[in-house]
Amino acid sequence: MIETDVLVIGGGPAGMNAALASAQSGAHVLLVDKFQHLGGQLVKQTHKFFGWAEKGAGTRGFNLAKRLSEDVMNNDNVQILLGYEVVGAYRDGTYLAASWSDHITIKAKKLIVCTGAAERMILFENNDMPGVMGAGAVQTLMNEYGVLPAERFLIVGSGNVGVILAYQLLQAGATVDAIVDVLPKLGGAYWVHAAKVQRLGVPLLLGRTVLGVYGNSRVESAITAKVDEKMQPIPGTEKRHDVDAVALAVGLMPLTDIFQMMGVKTVYVPELGGFVPWHDECGRTTNKDIFVAGDAGGIEEATTASIGGTIAGLAAANDLGYQDNMQAVKDNLEALSIFRTSSLSKKVLEGIERMRGELNA
Amino acid sequence: MLDVDGVPTLEDIGKNMPRRERLEQGFVAVHECFQDIPCNPCVEACPVGAVSMKTLTSTPVIDFDKCTGCGNCVASCPGLAIFLLSLKANHAQITIPYEMPDVPQKGDKVQGLDRYGQFVCDADVIRVVRLPSLDKSSKTTLITLEIPASELMTVRSFRRR
Ligand SMILES: Cc1cc2nc3c(=O)[nH]c(=O)nc-3n(C[C@H](O)[C@H](O)[C@H](O)COP(=O)(O)OP(=O)(O)OC[C@H]3O[C@@H](n4cnc5c(N)ncnc54)[C@H](O)[C@@H]3O)c2cc1C
Ligand code: SF4
Ligand code: SF4
Repeated sequence: MIETDVLVIGGGPAGMNAALASAQSGAHVLLVDKFQHLGGQLVKQTHKFFGWAEKGAGTRGFNLAKRLSEDVMNNDNVQILLGYEVVGAYRDGTYLAASWSDHITIKAKKLIVCTGAAERMILFENNDMPGVMGAGAVQTLMNEYGVLPAERFLIVGSGNVGVILAYQLLQAGATVDAIVDVLPKLGGAYWVHAAKVQRLGVPLLLGRTVLGVYGNSRVESAITAKVDEKMQPIPGTEKRHDVDAVALAVGLMPLTDIFQMMGVKTVYVPELGGFVPWHDECGRTTNKDIFVAGDAGGIEEATTASIGGTIAGLAAANDLGYQDNMQAVKDNLEALSIFRTSSLSKKVLEGIERMRGELNA
Repeated sequence: MLDVDGVPTLEDIGKNMPRRERLEQGFVAVHECFQDIPCNPCVEACPVGAVSMKTLTSTPVIDFDKCTGCGNCVASCPGLAIFLLSLKANHAQITIPYEMPDVPQKGDKVQGLDRYGQFVCDADVIRVVRLPSLDKSSKTTLITLEIPASELMTVRSFRRR
């Protein structure tokens, strides 16, 4: 049994910043991640990050992860438990973390959930055939293990994840036949990201969906077709793509199982990626001892996840009486709101407003 | 078109271009970053303060007279959205950030491509440098191509032959 002031689940940018903020305020923190290393999504990102130069923008994702994890490991107040997944949560503040071979019980006064997100799937013929992969899986194989799982890819989804994956595949020596998106316009990727892959000759096929993938025992081709206003395929517009893999980058949804186990109120907010725990601006859920930060509280990006993590970590330590952190919380909220003045943040802001309104519904 | 596929048109680019005389004086940075994304490494990277931004989410403004053409912003931009341009009597030069594995060498002949990766003209690689980005631990390769003056606005990429 490990006893701690603050338990942080998930060692991505949100979790590492949450752990640091609580620890620097004097609290004892236990940081748990199911993987053997810290970093979360950052580890898979070889591209230079957008955002604030002082928060690490312009730096490649894996280098950001390295820098942050060194800070975490050098902080004596943080205890790190890697290779353990938190699988059980009991309402008295006891948690169960399991590895392949054993399990540990944890008792914590405060919980900060930074579990990130899971990838969405879509329906099409033979979508369970080997060669159909999530974008995250392709990135993990390629960028963490150095294995290129196929040579010719079709990418579905033109958000940042899809276009960045296309770029990384080209860097790894694969070919990208096309990026398709069912929407008539770019599906949320930053213009500059989309422009840099098209410049390298990757076509962006808009208003098109995947009908199916075909092959003997694994993907040998994919068929796409244009869609009408009702998103229905238009007969006669089919196109065959000779690819050996289809990578799906069709969106992420917050991982919220722990909140359900803890009886925390969750609300369905499409703008935030699906079900999210209701939370206030510090990330506090309907259980005052449980916080959320990062993609687990709504899909956004790494800088907002980092600032959100810092805020939750500060608030948790403040609650425990370690240090008056209210000014620091305010400063970080201010930074967050500057960051969200982009028109691209409109959707997230609307989602947050809708979520807040649902408390008494 | 920007709001359809993220690719700027010549009209969009035209709004951002330096005067002809400045292009003739030698390399100057020109950006193709038209969206209000929360991003500012270009501002931080510039040693002479030639890049400014009203707020984090505004688009950058380059002071072409201050710009020395050093390329630091080109190497630090995560969107690979900044290029160096210069205009000579009968040819133009463009510096492109390049992060792909098969880096060409000085003297190589390559194919100049437009913003959709379509062939425009033959091009000569006249310079290959590796510049540090804001990310101290990694460098970015910058490739300078010589192209016909008439293609100054169109060539933004290349492929090896
Ligand atoms: C392809 C791609 C490109 C991106 N590019 C950019 C970019 O350029 N700029 C930018 O700002 N953002 C970018 N992002 C987004 C950014 O990576 C994420 O928003 C950010 O990583 C979210 O941080 P997080 O800490 O909330 O979650 P994550 O980074 O996902 O970390 C969650 C961690 O929780 C762990 N975990 C989950 N459940 C459990 C459990 N039960 N027990 C133990 N551990 C658990 C996971 O193993 C993981 O390590 C990109 C994302 C992707 C996928
Ligand atoms: S090329 Fe150099 S001087 Fe010119 S804007 Fe970029 S960083 Fe500044
Ligand atoms: S660094 Fe590049 S992408 Fe970021 S604001 Fe500057 S020009 Fe735009």
